[in-house]
Amino acid sequence: MPRIGAFVCWCGTNIAGTVDIEQVVQAVSEMSGIVYVKDYQYMCSEVGQNLVKTAIKEWQLERVIIASCSPRMHENTFRKAAKAAGLNPYLVEVANIREHCSWVHKNKEEATKKAIALIRAAVAKASLNTELIAKEIDVENRALVIGGGIAGIQTALDIAEAGYQVDVIEKSPSIGGKMAQIDKTFPTLDCSACILTPKMVDVASHPNINLYTYSEIESVNGFVGNFEVTIKQKARSVNLEKCTGCGICTEKCPSRKSKSEFDEGLRTRGAIYTPFPQAVPNVPVIDREHCLKFNTGKCGICEKLCPAGAIEFGQEDVLVTKKYGAVVVATGFDIIDLDKFGEYQYQNHPDVLTSLEFERLTNAAGPTAGKFIRPSNNKRPEKVVFIQCVGSRDVSSRGKSYCSKICCMYTAKQAMLIKDKYPDIEVYVFYIDVRTPGKNFDEFQRRAVEEYGVNYIKGMVGKIFPAGDKLIVHGVDSFTGDTLKIEADMVVLAAAAQAKPDAEVLGRKLAISTDTNNFFTEAHPKLRPVETHSAGIYLAGACQGPKDIPETVAQAGAAAAKVIGLLSKRKLVSNPCVSVVNEDLCNGCLSCLKICPYDAIAAKELATNNHGITSKRIVAKVNEALCQGCGGCTVACRPGAIDLKGFTNKQITAEVDALCH
Amino acid sequence: MMYSYYPGCTLKTKAQDLERFALISAQVLGIELAEQQDWQCCGAVYPLAEDEIAGKLSAVRSLAAAHSKGEKLITLCAACHHVIKRVNADMYSNEFVRKRVNNYLQLPKNYNGEAKVLHYLELLRDDVGFSKLAEQVRMPLTGRKIGAYYGCLLLRPSNVMNFDDAENPSILEDFITALGATAVKYPFRTECCGGYLTVNDQEANEMAANIINSAIGLEVEEILTACPLCKYNLEKELGTNTKVRIVYFTELLAEALAIK
Ligand SMILES: Cc1cc2nc3c(=O)[nH]c(=O)nc-3n(C[C@H](O)[C@H](O)[C@H](O)COP(=O)(O)OP(=O)(O)OC[C@H]3O[C@@H](n4cnc5c(N)ncnc54)[C@H](O)[C@@H]3O)c2cc1C
Repeated sequence: MPRIGAFVCWCGTNIAGTVDIEQVVQAVSEMSGIVYVKDYQYMCSEVGQNLVKTAIKEWQLERVIIASCSPRMHENTFRKAAKAAGLNPYLVEVANIREHCSWVHKNKEEATKKAIALIRAAVAKASLNTELIAKEIDVENRALVIGGGIAGIQTALDIAEAGYQVDVIEKSPSIGGKMAQIDKTFPTLDCSACILTPKMVDVASHPNINLYTYSEIESVNGFVGNFEVTIKQKARSVNLEKCTGCGICTEKCPSRKSKSEFDEGLRTRGAIYTPFPQAVPNVPVIDREHCLKFNTGKCGICEKLCPAGAIEFGQEDVLVTKKYGAVVVATGFDIIDLDKFGEYQYQNHPDVLTSLEFERLTNAAGPTAGKFIRPSNNKRPEKVVFIQCVGSRDVSSRGKSYCSKICCMYTAKQAMLIKDKYPDIEVYVFYIDVRTPGKNFDEFQRRAVEEYGVNYIKGMVGKIFPAGDKLIVHGVDSFTGDTLKIEADMVVLAAAAQAKPDAEVLGRKLAISTDTNNFFTEAHPKLRPVETHSAGIYLAGACQGPKDIPETVAQAGAAAAKVIGLLSKRKLVSNPCVSVVNEDLCNGCLSCLKICPYDAIAAKELATNNHGITSKRIVAKVNEALCQGCGGCTVACRPGAIDLKGFTNKQITAEVDALCH
Repeated sequence: MMYSYYPGCTLKTKAQDLERFALISAQVLGIELAEQQDWQCCGAVYPLAEDEIAGKLSAVRSLAAAHSKGEKLITLCAACHHVIKRVNADMYSNEFVRKRVNNYLQLPKNYNGEAKVLHYLELLRDDVGFSKLAEQVRMPLTGRKIGAYYGCLLLRPSNVMNFDDAENPSILEDFITALGATAVKYPFRTECCGGYLTVNDQEANEMAANIINSAIGLEVEEILTACPLCKYNLEKELGTNTKVRIVYFTELLAEALAIK
């Protein structure tokens, strides 16, 4: 029996409030193998760690039990402490008596009993722990950024500036994201394109950045330091190298029926198109669904007119596989569909707009060249009503329970932009609450009210009734209780922000998780906001939750710093808790190979010599660099030939036995 | 197909047209509606008091009777449909109501909200199908501008009634289109007509007037409804005005099937 020391943490009152520490210490000291027990308020603190280190040396401890929070939180901390005291770090075992015990129980007596049982299980397992030695693996020093909005752009630039290669994958034909669509930006009202387009050009021209636009992730394999990603470059039908961006093709294309995605459907575009004039790359793409050549075989005008001979109807999707050390997900967000909000007449009336359509409508480069007019009759509106929280803070099935965070600010911005150009237009904003925390944000919103005279009404709109060329907005002013009828010419809906529809699918490819609203989940909401639970994969921007540009850029910089930190290490220590095959027991059924999610198991031919007769048989073989230690194979193996180091079948059984004791 | 049919009191008195045309149309469409025996008044208003079950008993009797025959229960009057459908939802998901009602009624078998309640319009949409209905139309109402008036009872609360999108419904317009007429969507088509407030409240007149004016504004010639009370309120407000006519949907159905 090895010499075991146990360390019981109070975690302030987090554990000690619900678990009787004294009783636990008493019970643990009587467990077999235990030669030393110590409790302390914060075992993870420097003082606490020193207690562990000193005890290892003074008591010649061969195993260490830490009864504290989840191993996710501090297993590493204590492994390091053990290592510093000369003990193999894998001889440390954590009993989670916080998340699995004190936090989920109220009754002190029962929680104390459970804590003791959890420690008993850890002691049983630890007795069977063996020394494990981590190996070193190489790090591929190139990063991948998925999504080319401001988040992806900033991340890529920061990584590239540090001297590493970066590939950016953008699904649409151009980088830029939503920020390229926005007119002016709060809180300073500088023009969005003026601050974004230089960055887009920097991305395109940076020697360390490689752009894959009109491309998507096909599959992801591998692990931190060694991801293997297959990228699908969709057929653009235009040769990226040959095209000079002259624009003749887009001008002359006879098909004009497709709605411009960039202009939110407020304008049509050709079947061959560049989403917007400042697109990067400035190379058009053919929308094959609407192209006459692809549908009828006739036309081909673009091909005839192109002076560079860049049109290639025969292009096909191309798959490229590359290796990366780190991945940053920056796929952004969308605003919700308003199909379920019939009361606002969005489907029925052209003068009811989404906030994003409004951005296009006021944009100097937009469908009306910045002229502020009603889509229905091209006349300037006299009264405009903004409605906030359309689908935000809405717990019914048609909305989102969260606050979309950006709408209070962009609505104030949009209202002010109208008043600035046309002081005679009356502007109303219906709101539930005004939420404008942020540097200079509240001042910004107050300016809308105090300087520009925007009418803020605390209350909701029940319904909008189109009448003649007016939109009668029926709402309530909840301060006075009055019901209001406003004869508006235009209504702008601040539709809730939501996760991308394909976020979950992408998350599955990357093996990172999404929350209940399909936004990607960070590893820790406070302390690890740009990391995911999968090592080497980071998050930036609105794909993690609604955010404005300042926050997005800050997060992008943080993600880049993490990537640079990772890539700057030439080697990584691998996790030694990997599967091993007992070749004598393996019968070569390869069930393990089939269920392994990391492709870490292969078949190996084994030559055996039996009294001079050589025969061959198949056994499973684990690639330790790929194995992530999930343990799936150990369950699938019928003869029990495969086992997981650090979590052997024997160890688990010992734990269970101790729990049921 | 055989269905249990619940008519309700109004259909036997003030709203005989609603029923008469529904029944002859059903015959043509091959729908067998068997009027339930000994049906009782549905109570007319869904009782909101949570601890009171008396107002729900009659609906449960009809529901249980239909269920025991293994038939769907068809309703026609919007108010009856509203009451019966909501009581059924209570019987399905409200333990308190279910227990007390069953204790009181002592039915041969406990009733737990299993029956399926369909309004005649839902029957046309979901079981017959509007495209099939369109094939049976003998005298299409071509050129007639008809505005659907939904009222509240069929649509709300939408998570219980599950009739159509409460804010932007289309079932009646689809029905009108199937009959060959032109469906006109006017802004007030889902607003309340004033309901029972009509008895002593000026407000109700205004509400009905809004609906009528909104329809007339878009040159609607006929306003279609499935509710006797809506029809009453709208007609009362209309007075001698002949610009627009209020009709039951079943009347137009019979007309299009050439059996009116
Ligand atoms: C109406 C409106 C007005 C706004 N006004 C302001 C303002 O004035 N000031 C401000 O600070 N913020 C404003 N915002 C917020 C701002 O738009 C966001 O903060 C910003 O766009 C977030 O950047 P992002 O890169 O995270 O996401 P996005 O801008 O959404 O970019 C994501 C990019 O990733 C790409 N992508 C998505 N999925 C994939 C995939 N699977 N593979 C590859 N690529 C993919 C997308 O095509 C897109 O190019 C406004 C938002 C709205 C809706």
